[in-house]
Amino acid sequence: MSLVDPVIELGRGLWRTLSSMFERTVTYQYPEHKRTVRPRFRGRHVLKRYDNGLEKCIGCSLCAAACPSDAIFVEASENTDEHRFSPGERYASTYEINMLRCIFCGYCEDACPTEAIVLGDNYEMSYYTRKDAIYTKDMLIEPVSSVNQTTPQKTPTGVFTRSVPEMKDAKD
Amino acid sequence: MDKQVTLTIDGKLISVPEGTFVADAARMADIDIPVFCHHPKLEPVGMCRMCLVEIGRPIRDRATGQFVLENGQPKIQFLPKLETACTNRVEDGMVVHTQSESAKAGQKSTIEFLLTSHPLDCPVCDKGGECPLQNLTMAHGAGKSRFLYDEKLHLEKRKPLGELIYLDQERCIQCGRCVRFQDEIAGDPVIGFDERGRSMQIMTSSEPGFDSVFSGNTTDICPVGALTTADFRFGARPWELEEFPSICSQCPVGCNITINTRREAAADGSMVIKRIMPRQNETVNEIWICDKGRFAYHYTESKGRLTRPAIRKDGKLSRASWDSAIKLAAENFAEAGKNFVVLASGRLANEDLFNLKSLADHLKGDAVLYSEIGGGELTSAIGISPDTNLGEVGPGTTLVVIASDLYQEAPIWYLRLKQAVRRGATLIVANPRQTRLDDHASYVIRYAYGDEVKTVHSLDKKNKIGEAFTRSENVIIFYGSEGLGVEGSAALASACAKLLNEYGFAGKPNNGLVGVWQRANDQGAWEMGYRVEADLPRFLRGKVVYLVGVDPAGDDPRLAKALENAKFLAVQDILESATSELADVILPAQAHTEREGTFTSGERRVQRYYPALPVLGETRPDFAITAQIARQAGFIQEGTSVSAAFDILSETIPSYAELSYSKLAEVQPQWPVVGRGDLYYGGTTYENKHGLGAHLTTTASRGENVHILRVHRESAPRPQENELLAVPVTRLYDRGTTVLPAKVLKNRIGKATISMHPDIAERLNVKNGGLVKISFDGHSGEALVQIDKTIPAGVVTVPRSMGLAIHEPVPAKVK
Ligand code: SF4
Ligand code: SF4
Ligand code: SF4
Ligand code: SF4
Ligand code: FES
Repeated sequence: MSLVDPVIELGRGLWRTLSSMFERTVTYQYPEHKRTVRPRFRGRHVLKRYDNGLEKCIGCSLCAAACPSDAIFVEASENTDEHRFSPGERYASTYEINMLRCIFCGYCEDACPTEAIVLGDNYEMSYYTRKDAIYTKDMLIEPVSSVNQTTPQKTPTGVFTRSVPEMKDAKD
Repeated sequence: MDKQVTLTIDGKLISVPEGTFVADAARMADIDIPVFCHHPKLEPVGMCRMCLVEIGRPIRDRATGQFVLENGQPKIQFLPKLETACTNRVEDGMVVHTQSESAKAGQKSTIEFLLTSHPLDCPVCDKGGECPLQNLTMAHGAGKSRFLYDEKLHLEKRKPLGELIYLDQERCIQCGRCVRFQDEIAGDPVIGFDERGRSMQIMTSSEPGFDSVFSGNTTDICPVGALTTADFRFGARPWELEEFPSICSQCPVGCNITINTRREAAADGSMVIKRIMPRQNETVNEIWICDKGRFAYHYTESKGRLTRPAIRKDGKLSRASWDSAIKLAAENFAEAGKNFVVLASGRLANEDLFNLKSLADHLKGDAVLYSEIGGGELTSAIGISPDTNLGEVGPGTTLVVIASDLYQEAPIWYLRLKQAVRRGATLIVANPRQTRLDDHASYVIRYAYGDEVKTVHSLDKKNKIGEAFTRSENVIIFYGSEGLGVEGSAALASACAKLLNEYGFAGKPNNGLVGVWQRANDQGAWEMGYRVEADLPRFLRGKVVYLVGVDPAGDDPRLAKALENAKFLAVQDILESATSELADVILPAQAHTEREGTFTSGERRVQRYYPALPVLGETRPDFAITAQIARQAGFIQEGTSVSAAFDILSETIPSYAELSYSKLAEVQPQWPVVGRGDLYYGGTTYENKHGLGAHLTTTASRGENVHILRVHRESAPRPQENELLAVPVTRLYDRGTTVLPAKVLKNRIGKATISMHPDIAERLNVKNGGLVKISFDGHSGEALVQIDKTIPAGVVTVPRSMGLAIHEPVPAKVK
């Protein structure tokens, strides 16, 4: 090693510092500024509703069956027209995802026959206790925009008889 | 052995018994022919056309009857069309193609056609995951339908057939299995087909709807999710359920069951029972269970469970440690000497009863079985012997049922006896009133209440019935407690036993005496030498009583009084009760769903059950609690390993000799094959992988001397002028602590209903369904009246365990 080498290395380091002062910043000032995620980002799940507010989830547990880390727990109950949560006969009376177990693979989304469970763009999940990591149905269900969309609803008889809607092949 | 027939299926040469259907023959050779409507337990109908195959038969020369040969081989002739494998019986030389182009096309089209009107329900369907239609569609379906989705029929999706069973009309594929089960097997033809063609639907014709105690079985054999039970509907997906083998604890039949459990949020994430399913045991319950066994399991999860020991201090029960509770009990028991009484119920395991009995013996006390039927020691002497199988008896066997309504008391025995008659057995039913079994009986004997023994004595008279009895190769007598108390039933048992012994119908398979007990393991108690007590109230007064699994105070105010006057009460049970309120010490026990053990069925088959749920609170198994008490009293019993406790039992009690837990867990191949992953015959009965149990020997079968005491009995009480004779009868759905917590059965349990002859009703001026007050023995209560013209005049039948404390025939006043 010659004597000039350390000097050159020092100069290179200083140059790196100097030049980066003029580069565009990549750091986000989180949480004031939040990064927008990519279209196919898989973040915290949302349980979707139809336009009329009825829940898409029919409590079939297929997401739980598909989940490779056994993070989802579903319990179903029966709808009536007086007390309707979703179209058809069955709805999820309990729906829980343990976010500490979830690996955000999106298999639940694939398995869902009604496109009810969707991995959203929220990545802000932190907990003080393990119990807090279990997201219940109240936390997962999509918020409603008007009061008459809340579930359960009173619905006319013989209208919402189908659990599984006809769907097109997914494009995206 | 039956004659064997040899045929070729898909090039495989196989031999099966004559008379087998092609579909079953294929199953025996591990070849899959898809079926929906066919079930080996039911008569074939060929309704669904799923099993289409090509069948070729060898041509015979008309003159000689020999096969016509072609190139040295028999010439085979195929019909131009496909045939159903489920309706054609095998023939020698038959050639079947299940995989040919045309057979496959036929099967594929049938699936496509069935699906033209089948809803897209699999995600919400209770059968999804164990559904033959799903499986066969995956295996044989086209993958795409040429029919229009919009043209599917839309029908009612939630049609109650009764309050227990719901029909989804869209899912039904009209295979008729449910209807055929009710007609052929249950003998309750209460559902049927309405309309025809595409509008054909299942409907019920009874009031209340689907009025059969076997209704739940239709949901098992339905090959689709058309029939669901009110109890389980949407309860879980099948693949989420865990399965635990067990034995039904509701009656002496001892049906093999599978308990399905799952975690539930409502139970704070702990395991709960979701459903009870039949488990195959062709020698006990085949693949069926009754609705009581299926639905009345909620008691083990009831809020009233005792979970920790308690001791009475200053007149109040307060929490205590196990050590102090056991110590207190042991001290009192040891002091009592002759005044110590174990009052145990047939709900306990054999190991429990054994430890309790030896504790009583050691302390020189008494071990009493809480039951209203006497004479059980005779079943241990000349009860039915090893190798008996009610599922196989036929011509040459006479079955006698006396003083018992099996449909109500032991439903699966009713079903098995009925099937035995179909196979050619002779059935004699003797009962003072009409029972459901009468319809299937070869001879019906009507006697007056009180004449039971006389009736037995006339069974070998020189008449048709007597001939059927005496000329028979085998005779089994089922005796019960209809209209009888402890003494009456003991006299009946002894009369039956004497007769059986006299004619040699004892000590060999398919012969002997069977008691139709009130609880699952009464037989076990008899084998271990328990006795029953006719006058319990008097007997218990001033005693130190160890009550295990019983609630006398809840059953009868007179018993409550007697217990209040007892010296010391230790109550060991699973549920809070009127008796536990009176206790000096409470010892909380584990329910049979939470522990291991064995029951001895009324047919004297010992069967193992396994834990299905985690242990609740501080509860302990009964045999362990007793062993701890014994240890305190200075006497060593097995209290940790239940199988070791059973080993000691089998060394001590002769009829259990050489049995062990591993012997009881042995299985053999059973036909039909059910409950495997392949779902060949569909149906959600579970396969038996955990043991068929084993039969006990009898004194007679061991070749020892049988001694039968003649029991003298005072004649039935005579009612006075304005009184009626009230006689106890047993109902399936009663208000017992193990039944009542099942909310789905609420309507079936109903109110206490007494039955009487129309003339008496007229005299009393009451109508059918009217409310009356009935009083007997210083006890009175309200009841509804049912008018039944088969009830003898002067008699009123009073149901047991329905709030009216009746134990034996008594004169009663009805207003
Ligand atoms: S989210 Fe979808 S897959 Fe999961 S239970 Fe609901 S409907 Fe079924
Ligand atoms: S019956 Fe079978 S095929 Fe039909 S919806 Fe139910 S699971 Fe699916
Ligand atoms: S309800 Fe089920 S068993 Fe009955 S006919 Fe329909 S598909 Fe068959
Ligand atoms: S017949 Fe008896 S043992 Fe069998 S399921 Fe019914 S109650 Fe249980
Ligand atoms: S027609 Fe053969 S199985 Fe239905």
